[in-house]
Amino acid sequence: MTNKTYQLETLTCPSCTAKIQTALKKTNGVEEAEVLFNTSRVKVNFDETIVSPEKIRNTIESLGFKVLSEK
Amino acid sequence: MLKLTKIRRVWISGILVAISFILKNLLGHHIITDITMIASTIVAGTPILKNAISAIRYKILGIDALVSIAVIGAVLIGEYWEAAAVTFLFMFGDFLESKTIEKTRSSIKALLELTPDIARVIREGNEIEISPDEVVKGDIAVIKPGEKIPVDGTVIEGNAYVNQAAITGESIPVNKIPGDEVFSGTVIETGYIKVRADRVGEDTTFARILQMVEEAQDKKAKTQKFLEKFSKYYTPGIIVLSVIMFLITRDLALSLTLLVIACPGALVISTPVSIVAGIGNGAKNGILIKGGEIMEKLGKVKVLAFDKTGTLTKGRPQVNSLKAYDISEDELLRIAAIGEAYSEHPIGKAIINKAEETIGKISQVPSEAEIIPGQGLKVVIDNSTVLIGNRKLLVENGLIIDVSQEAYIRSQEEQGQTVVLVATPERLLGVISIADTIREDAKKMVVNLKRLGIKKIVMLTGDNRRAAGAISNELGLDEYYAELLPENKVEVLERLRGKYGLAAMVGDGVNDAPALASADLGIAIGGAGTDVAMETADVVLMSNELKKLSHAIGLSRATVRNMKQNISFSLAVAGVLLAGVLVKTVDLSFGMLIHELSVLLVVINAVRLLGYGRTRFKLMS
Repeated sequence: MTNKTYQLETLTCPSCTAKIQTALKKTNGVEEAEVLFNTSRVKVNFDETIVSPEKIRNTIESLGFKVLSEK
Repeated sequence: MLKLTKIRRVWISGILVAISFILKNLLGHHIITDITMIASTIVAGTPILKNAISAIRYKILGIDALVSIAVIGAVLIGEYWEAAAVTFLFMFGDFLESKTIEKTRSSIKALLELTPDIARVIREGNEIEISPDEVVKGDIAVIKPGEKIPVDGTVIEGNAYVNQAAITGESIPVNKIPGDEVFSGTVIETGYIKVRADRVGEDTTFARILQMVEEAQDKKAKTQKFLEKFSKYYTPGIIVLSVIMFLITRDLALSLTLLVIACPGALVISTPVSIVAGIGNGAKNGILIKGGEIMEKLGKVKVLAFDKTGTLTKGRPQVNSLKAYDISEDELLRIAAIGEAYSEHPIGKAIINKAEETIGKISQVPSEAEIIPGQGLKVVIDNSTVLIGNRKLLVENGLIIDVSQEAYIRSQEEQGQTVVLVATPERLLGVISIADTIREDAKKMVVNLKRLGIKKIVMLTGDNRRAAGAISNELGLDEYYAELLPENKVEVLERLRGKYGLAAMVGDGVNDAPALASADLGIAIGGAGTDVAMETADVVLMSNELKKLSHAIGLSRATVRNMKQNISFSLAVAGVLLAGVLVKTVDLSFGMLIHELSVLLVVINAVRLLGYGRTRFKLMS
């Protein structure tokens, strides 16, 4: 299991939190996903043999949220 | 296609909506009116639709999807004005919300900006500028007026006035001279110092505060978790309702309006915005509150249990009075100070300090000294034996204390003094009363806390009952528990909680770390620089000032109140909207207007918390 935190552009709409969270949880290989609304971060716990960090990044970006950095 | 920024879209659609509104009233239902309305809908609606589609790909029915369905439906049934107004209001509302939500986070952002960005250190005899991350422990940093101290360290040269607001929230500059501790992120106002780096980068107090504040913002309050669950059911519930309504009434406009109000936006953000503003206000004032749940608990605290030493008292015993029999007070002090010359005991130090203060430095030492455990000292000064200690010491050595002397000693003890007796083997020379002094700000704090609605203020101490009772009386505390061992403190806390409700332990975090950690809520005072306190406590007051505690309690109560206002307001709006739609007094665009307005009001209400404490301070000063 790998843990990664993605820093997004400032999150300001409350409903986007739920959107990102649900989308990531539905992604194969993602064990846990948590969107931190106030810090605009997404914490993801995933299995790197099934899903790559890039894929997760793309998922977030395809929902319309730019990923600024990941660590 | 022309790339439109969010703000341009808001402007363009706003202008188009305004034109449509005028045309609608001038021309009525006309082809030109319809065109401007549709144009406006397209400008504002495209990003909404895009978002909706990307979410639907993941099988998520977000607010964008609901609005999109409603707008498409409105266009299909020829309600162009509704479509234009709804898309514009949604975009414009979203824009305003993002601006105001950013404001709720502004205090924390301001704190982040205090991070030092350069460090000037001496390497191989030269001053060089490097990034603070490259400074290593032991480096000597040079800091000039207007510059930020880049490390936690000790002043080795110079003299400066330092604004420590970044850490303590207090902007009145503090004088720093060689030997003093300074913190990263604090700013030199005047003067110049060289600092030896003791802690650098991520280990500095400031970096740790930042990290904790960052983590705290998104630690959810219990209420928030509950509301998120609630809205998970609310949204699909309203969608189902709108389908049922359509099947029954065949009224498409009504069903579409229901969709628009299905997302309880105000409810979802009602708590996180209050929490972030509250935590931000705290951080700015040197108060670290570790998350939403802690904020809620702090706001509901009924009992505050204080550790005595170092929290209510200064933690440094002082000589408070002298009583000499047949010799001068100075002589009494001199003899006692010589006797205690080798003493490491705080009481001995208090005597030496007092002697140095009143008669100057004493370099004489006793020619013989014997420590008698549990009693005191037996020393030889100028060829005569002197006893310094408690009653037991005198009694064991066959001395008799007369009635008036005994009465004096007892009266001192009843005032919470620890009494040191000085005697020759023949007679009592004098009595020195020593006590830890109460902090000047303690009394005022007790009054303030009572006013804030704390039910019981109690004191827990390992000290003797009489001393504890005296302090408790003087401060006007409700209860005190004396002669406690550290593990007893936890038991007492349990009992207090059973009797009065949620109890918090307040201590300096060094000696009371176990009690702070095991209490429902641990509050550490003077946490800056002490790792244990910062790690174990739930609430950390960076500076040592007791008024920060009143601020923290008041702020948490205001935050909880703010949250409750937000929740009840958004629930009320959701209810009224739902009823309004069902009885057909609320149409599509009006529904959207109310929805967006309610979100905005909730955020603006939270922003008010940023100013907590400001007006009150003005009135008081």
